[in-house]
Amino acid sequence: MNKTVNQKAWFLILPVLLLVAFSAVIPLMTVVNYSVQDTFGQNKFFWAGLNWFKEMMASERMWDALGRQIAFSTIILAIEIPLGIFVALNMPKKGFWASTCLILMSLPLLIPWNVVGTIWQIFGRVDIGLLGYTLAAMGIDYNYTQDFYAAWATVIVMDVWHWTSLVALLAYAGLQSIPDAYYQAAKIDQASRWKVFRFIELPKIMGVLMIAILLRFMDSFMIYTEPFVVTGGGPGNSTTFLSIDLVKMALGQFDLGPAAAFSIMYYLVILLISYVFYTVMTNLDKRDGH
Amino acid sequence: MSDFTNTATKRGFALPKIKGNAIVMGLYLLFLLLPIYWLLNMSLKNNSEILNSFTLWPQDLTFDNYITILTDPSWYMGYVNSMIYVVMNMVISLVVALPAAYAFSRYTFLGDKHLFFWLLTNRMAPPAVFALPFFQLYSSVGLFDTHIAVALAHALFNVPLAVWILEGFMRGVPKEIDETAYIDGYSFPRFFLRIFTPLVASGIGVTAFFLFMFSWVELLLSRTLTSVNAKPIAATMTRTVGAAGIDWGVLAAAGVLTIIPGALVIYFVRNYIAKGFALGRV
Amino acid sequence: MAKITLENLAHSYLPNPKHEDDYALKELNHDWVDGEAYALLGSSGCGKSTLLNIISGLLHPSQGRILFNDKDVTNAPTTQRNIAQVFQFPVVYDTMTVRDNLAFPLRNRGADPTYIKDRVQQIAAMIGMEDSLNHKARGLTADAKQKISLGRGMVREDVNALLFDEPLTVIDPHMKWELRTQLKSLHHEFGHTMIYVTHDQTEALTFADKVVVMYDGRVVQMGTPQELFETPEHTFVGYFIGSPGMNVLAAEVQGDTAVIGGTQIALGKGFGRPTGNVELGVRPEFTSLSAGDAGLPVTIKRVEDVGRHKIVRADFQGTEINILAGEGENISPDMNRVVFDNAGINVYSNSWRVAPEVA
Repeated sequence: MNKTVNQKAWFLILPVLLLVAFSAVIPLMTVVNYSVQDTFGQNKFFWAGLNWFKEMMASERMWDALGRQIAFSTIILAIEIPLGIFVALNMPKKGFWASTCLILMSLPLLIPWNVVGTIWQIFGRVDIGLLGYTLAAMGIDYNYTQDFYAAWATVIVMDVWHWTSLVALLAYAGLQSIPDAYYQAAKIDQASRWKVFRFIELPKIMGVLMIAILLRFMDSFMIYTEPFVVTGGGPGNSTTFLSIDLVKMALGQFDLGPAAAFSIMYYLVILLISYVFYTVMTNLDKRDGH
Repeated sequence: MSDFTNTATKRGFALPKIKGNAIVMGLYLLFLLLPIYWLLNMSLKNNSEILNSFTLWPQDLTFDNYITILTDPSWYMGYVNSMIYVVMNMVISLVVALPAAYAFSRYTFLGDKHLFFWLLTNRMAPPAVFALPFFQLYSSVGLFDTHIAVALAHALFNVPLAVWILEGFMRGVPKEIDETAYIDGYSFPRFFLRIFTPLVASGIGVTAFFLFMFSWVELLLSRTLTSVNAKPIAATMTRTVGAAGIDWGVLAAAGVLTIIPGALVIYFVRNYIAKGFALGRV
Repeated sequence: MAKITLENLAHSYLPNPKHEDDYALKELNHDWVDGEAYALLGSSGCGKSTLLNIISGLLHPSQGRILFNDKDVTNAPTTQRNIAQVFQFPVVYDTMTVRDNLAFPLRNRGADPTYIKDRVQQIAAMIGMEDSLNHKARGLTADAKQKISLGRGMVREDVNALLFDEPLTVIDPHMKWELRTQLKSLHHEFGHTMIYVTHDQTEALTFADKVVVMYDGRVVQMGTPQELFETPEHTFVGYFIGSPGMNVLAAEVQGDTAVIGGTQIALGKGFGRPTGNVELGVRPEFTSLSAGDAGLPVTIKRVEDVGRHKIVRADFQGTEINILAGEGENISPDMNRVVFDNAGINVYSNSWRVAPEVA
């Protein structure tokens, strides 16, 4: 629609602005503050310039965490996106089963994240969990608290279990919006199932898919609770992703300086990705004619 | 004559199907539900059965774990606290987001695109970055360990989400409706409440669903900002290491109970979820 | 090219139809002659899209058979029927170029690449899109996309029939004419069996050799535009075709006279004694105003000057009658009677035409 120019709209925005500013700007200022200061203790601070940043850039610990994080995010994306699309293609389109599937599929999305962690913590245990017990009975040596590969496998499967439905639901909504005529034309053109997917379905859900990819990448980049509950970041620090490391630093060790510098860098990365996200979204909106 | 055997099965337009899509859905749903079933299974056993034997369903069905939770204030208050701040957050977020989304959908003004982008970045803000600052901020204004603190903290990412989703729905309502209302003599507040809001009711429903979802599931901030009075169930659950080790039965029961509100909410908004996902604004 | 035969065909969207009203398409037997251009005309919801989809195989009929060249295809899927269908809004594969769009059906059948190249070139020339062959299909105008849809349908040489479901709906008015002309010339050149569904009588009457009029799920008349105009078999045909449509008046008919609202009219032909709801249908083209004593007494309400002629809206005992008057014809207040030309009088019993007795 044609929007009119009206500066008084700011009054309508004001409550949101105040609330989010309070929630975001003030804390961020605190973080920036800490990132450029150091302390002797007893709440006495002195200017430290960019020291913390330099230290962080040189810190092996930070790069390790970043590396793990990128590996994690890439792996889960590589699994969740195709799997989500595949599930969406198989979902019933209408009727009783359609609603039932929707409800059952959405269930993992609404479980508090710590409970997700608890479920898999239990599920993977050899003594009391179905998965652990079965794997042990098959002779597989599976111990997620002590074995690096088992820990990674568990954390990944848990995330796939948790979030694939989001991708599937987004893709499903995209598929629903394709008019029947396209499928009919494809039949008349004697197109194979794969061609129907490649030339009709995939292009038409590309918009929603981009959003799914960006959302999942970013949310996985911030992951904290679920892996923390299951592995605590272990064994050692093999599953210590960025947020877990940061919280350890800030709330665990109270290393305010490094934590703050880390936070700023983390936040900047997120900002960059948000910008990409925003651009993609507005371009898609433009293409759809808004 | 001719072969009518297909008549009964092929009604309506024939869409392309992947053979065995029922199998795929069945396997996927099994994958999703099995761990949840396991949790339920464990919640209905007592600890000795859990630790000493491995059974696929409870041999000694017991509701003791649930009774423990429902009678022990340190447990059930967790749920109550969580519900309180989630509902508070939903109300606050909706109240501030509705006018803002309206403004974004209808007007252009100085800095509107930048403002929208800035809001979006808050949706993407890593809670880990804000954990410590929030802790200090809310402590300093004396709101530590209150429900309102958690509700406001969650507003950080929920309000942008609400504005974003609502704006998408409001775009679909033509401006002509606003103009007709003004011609008919409605004042802005009256128009907004009595005409506009009902038109975006499904959008509000979808928004409320996502607001609930993201506030209910969050742990880090809700645990950091509370200790005793407003302790959410998530925090209670992550601190249940007693002297005898983890009380698995009660833990499982607590977990099951956290799934129920979510299931109910999905059920009530199931018809609107598809539309919300279709806008791609999750 | 094929002859299409419909045998005892009927369709209901309900699982257990009991009453005739439950059927969207009521029983019909019909032959579509090979190589003819047909228009399927009717108002919205009369069943024409249902019929089209049954022919193309996108819908399986609840009853009856369809035969292509006497071969039963009722249970054959769309892919095997070898038809082409152009839909209401353009269906093109956005990510492909125009060339790839046109080549798509042939590639799916594994045709020889050189053959495909030639054929695509040929078709592109036919629809006038040779210049845009290498453009992406996404950014093109609606009429260009419809042409691509058309081309894609015709690219297979052995296509049995071309089906069109209101294809000009999204086209700009000035392009509609051009596309219609192109379709007609394609038909002349290649002689495909064409079935064109529309609710626009102009489109139907200008495009088709034969028009099939549908009403309420039933085929009420099939014939040339001329036949539809002069001898409408059903009052609906009379009303729908022509602008303004046929005048329909309740009457009592005995032999060669009719009594309408107390006035007697000579019919010039014998119609026996039709029973049921008897009506007289006369097109405005066969009426004239007169100042004399013969004819029905009417009150003139309005005179509309449409340039070439005048339409006189008159009232006869509560029923509206439209009368055509010549451009220069003078209409005076004492002209209070309407006279019918016998050649244009049709008698209807329960909406169906009663044939005059051959003298």
